[in-house]
Amino acid sequence: MARSEPQLLESGKAAPLSDLGRIMRRLNIDGPLLGGLLLICGLGLVVLYSAVGENMRLWLSQVVRLGIALLGMFIVAQMPPDFLRRWTPWGFLAGLVLLVLVLTTGEVSQGARRWLDVGIRFQPSEIMKLAVPMMAAWYLHERPLPPRFGQLMVLFALIVLPTVLIARQPDLGTALLVAASGLIVIVLAGLPIRFMLTLAVLSVPGAYGLWQFMEDYQKQRVLTLIDPTSDPLGAGYNIIQSKIAIGSGGLFGKGWTNGSQAQLKYLPERETDFIFAVIGEELGLLGVLSLLCLYLFVIGRGLYIAMQAPDTFSRLLAGSISLTFFIYVFVNTAMVSGLLPVVGVPLPLVSFGGTSMVTLMAGFGILMSIHSHRKLLPH
Amino acid sequence: MRLLAPIKDHHSERRLFVARVAMTSSMAILLLGVVVARLVQLQVINYELFAEQSQGNRYRIEAVPPTRGLIYDRKGRVLAENLPAYQLEMIPEQVADLDDTLLRLAAMQLIATEDIDNFKELARSGPRFKPVTLKLRLTDEEIANFAIQRPRFQGVDFQPRLIRHYPHGPAVAHAVGYVGALSKEDLQRLGGSAYAGTAHTGKTGIESRYEEQLHGEVGYDNVVTNALGRQVPSDSRDLTEALPANQAPAPGDDLYLSLDLDLQLVASKALENKRGAVVAIDPWSGEILALVSTPSFDPNLFAVGMNTAQYAELQDNLTRPLFNRAIRGAYPPGSTIKPMLALAALESGATNLQHTTLCRGYFTLPNSTHRYRDWRPEGHGRVDLLEALTQSCDVYFYEISNDIGIDNMHRYLDMFGLGHATGIDISGEHEGLVPSTEWKQRTFSDYDRKWYPGETVIASIGQGYMLATPLQLASAIATVATRGTRYQPHLVAASENTLTGERTMYPPLKLADIRLNDEQSWDVAIEGMHAVMQGARGTARAAGANAKYEMAGKSGTAQVFSVAQDEEYDEELIDELLRDHALFVAFAPLENPRIAVAVIVENGSSGSRVAAPIARQLMDTYLGYGVHGTQ
Repeated sequence: MARSEPQLLESGKAAPLSDLGRIMRRLNIDGPLLGGLLLICGLGLVVLYSAVGENMRLWLSQVVRLGIALLGMFIVAQMPPDFLRRWTPWGFLAGLVLLVLVLTTGEVSQGARRWLDVGIRFQPSEIMKLAVPMMAAWYLHERPLPPRFGQLMVLFALIVLPTVLIARQPDLGTALLVAASGLIVIVLAGLPIRFMLTLAVLSVPGAYGLWQFMEDYQKQRVLTLIDPTSDPLGAGYNIIQSKIAIGSGGLFGKGWTNGSQAQLKYLPERETDFIFAVIGEELGLLGVLSLLCLYLFVIGRGLYIAMQAPDTFSRLLAGSISLTFFIYVFVNTAMVSGLLPVVGVPLPLVSFGGTSMVTLMAGFGILMSIHSHRKLLPH
Repeated sequence: MRLLAPIKDHHSERRLFVARVAMTSSMAILLLGVVVARLVQLQVINYELFAEQSQGNRYRIEAVPPTRGLIYDRKGRVLAENLPAYQLEMIPEQVADLDDTLLRLAAMQLIATEDIDNFKELARSGPRFKPVTLKLRLTDEEIANFAIQRPRFQGVDFQPRLIRHYPHGPAVAHAVGYVGALSKEDLQRLGGSAYAGTAHTGKTGIESRYEEQLHGEVGYDNVVTNALGRQVPSDSRDLTEALPANQAPAPGDDLYLSLDLDLQLVASKALENKRGAVVAIDPWSGEILALVSTPSFDPNLFAVGMNTAQYAELQDNLTRPLFNRAIRGAYPPGSTIKPMLALAALESGATNLQHTTLCRGYFTLPNSTHRYRDWRPEGHGRVDLLEALTQSCDVYFYEISNDIGIDNMHRYLDMFGLGHATGIDISGEHEGLVPSTEWKQRTFSDYDRKWYPGETVIASIGQGYMLATPLQLASAIATVATRGTRYQPHLVAASENTLTGERTMYPPLKLADIRLNDEQSWDVAIEGMHAVMQGARGTARAAGANAKYEMAGKSGTAQVFSVAQDEEYDEELIDELLRDHALFVAFAPLENPRIAVAVIVENGSSGSRVAAPIARQLMDTYLGYGVHGTQ
């Protein structure tokens, strides 16, 4: 169906398209992507209702957040990629300024400065989740690919600067995700294989350096992952309870709102970072595999849009947004099932909370814009 | 639209991009495969193990709190121990109707009605299986009453717990400190999991500073419970496979203090119904032998928990029983610093042993009519340095004060540790204050920055800006006793691991010695102090009389307010709170000193009459002559 769309546009006939399809086309909405996202959010809301202990007030607040995020996606979808590209350097610069402001005047909450209050309260690091890959794609847009060594150095500098600022808050989880979103752009642009191998080798001393840089609570998380039983009353408790929840769900789960681990509150942070364990317990292996399939579909659609994109900026940006989304999914599910340390990354579009959802949906808005505006761009 | 750079090859770039997407997505599929494999492992392969852990029988890890270390005095007498007591607890997940249960408990007067909301909040915020403490210590009567009603209170029970007990209560409260209920802030500071199952933590004194050693390490048991939460024997099901092994708690270390309980009791008795403090130090090690502040309080009230009225009474009492005067009370040191100023005067050449002054009872600076009064209105006649110390002649020190100079005074008093925290191993010390021209320049605003000669005059008798704590004075006089060898004051002498019996000694911490140009100067200061107590004209000769050993001392009387010129000083008319503070410092025996003492009695009027006898009692007791050994 997607392949037939350009022809339809050229011919001006709308016959094979339904009315709904025509409206979506005009609104710059990508049907398959929207469908996949809505299915994920729908499943998420169903599980969340159980995870918040059937608390209607909390559940409705999440529905409202989701509505706002979807609205944001529609708005971003109306902005042509050309327009986005022209504003990218300014957005990036504004993001950097806000990050410096956070470090100097941000609100302190639980030992970290992450929030800024300028009329509305938000985390400037969220802006960087999109601004960093956009900046990298902007830089590569008119340069021949694969990038040369000097250009790579400029790109690394563009990525390292915001990463360090975010890590200083400290918010290591977000910092690593922001860095990843930028690095993905470089990899997609054709970072030489030997370069990647060198980086892989260098990561050993790099990991050691990171260990020195980490806060005590972060070190504890890594140590607890290696041996959760070493601190079963403290940091290991989450992982032990999460594994019991997932494992006891079995193939088909204990049934919606029937998970004893989640409902009897053995499972900590069940409505936020550990909601994947609730799905595992209540809906079983079938439930988690269905969710993973939905995620795969959305990521696949995103990569397809990237490959269809007409210019370097759109292509790299769309690829990065899709693969970064994958990283969120992977880090959260691996963390909840005890494969990665507890780094505080929510399960995208499912976990309770609104900050990251708006950013994610804005990203998908960009994907939709890239896809629907591609024939309007001159070659 | 600008034309793209000619070297950009669109087709090859697109091919490169597609190749890279293929590469990254295969990696993504691989990673997701790992997650799926893990899920299969958890949910299919190990399903039965986890299902059993979560569904049929639930296991939980129960914290086993460690036993808190005991605190002993230097002769092994217990200062802080743990006594069994019963406390009332509620396990939220076993309570059918929380509101009703709490209301009925309040009706039985086991909990206060105003605390009900607080307990509800606690029951909801914590894990449902974690007990909420409702009352820390039940009386026998309350236990009996509740035992009858117990079937009506599902989920509420009394549990034996160890409660901290201080057998000598108020007499050691300011040194040992106390434990109190663990607060949210404490938990954040100490780390939550180390305190699972513990309800108390050290709040002040030794109990607070040595919290880590005293607390020990938490242990845990794996407890298997059935669906109703009732504990079942763990060997009835083979669930131990995936569970962490049980771990016994490691009890906290016992602490041996350098305090001598006899001295504490003697000092507490002597200061009964007075506001004051006593600090005694072993000059050759810095070990604190006694540290008493009165009025005191019963530390057991904190361990058991008190109601708001009891706490308010302690907190708002005008005599401030919770205030540790020994380390936090900063007083003008008065004449007690004269032995040290005598050293400063000799070393700086401001005076010598031959120099004399005619004391007429007052002193005036050149070109000034202001009279600086001697404590003795009729004067001391002609005195030399030794006599000035013995009779505490103020005029002699007034006269040489500006020759010594305030900065020299500062330099010498500073060497004795005045104006600095001593570093004793309990918290909250006041730093005291020894003024200097630099200090005044730094502290005051424009017009008051200049140092005036008159300020040097009153500084020479320990008045004016100067402040010192009883602990600082004891430490300083201990340094006079050792002729310049200094040790950091400390309370803990040793700790003992109760499992292995292994003892760790806390060796004396030696500080930089005071080196004088002429070591003979020490003899003058010490001989002067000796004459104060055992000379024919000594101000404290009454307190020093009939002793079987030789001792040295110096009285001090600190003005709380200044008396106007030529006004008659009438104690009777002055409100008690405006009376002078009585101070006394002493050490003994004269040769090879073993104890140095500082005593302050707030508004005690006279150092030699009120404070000196207390110092004498402590020295008699410690040196083995009994409290009234000489009479």
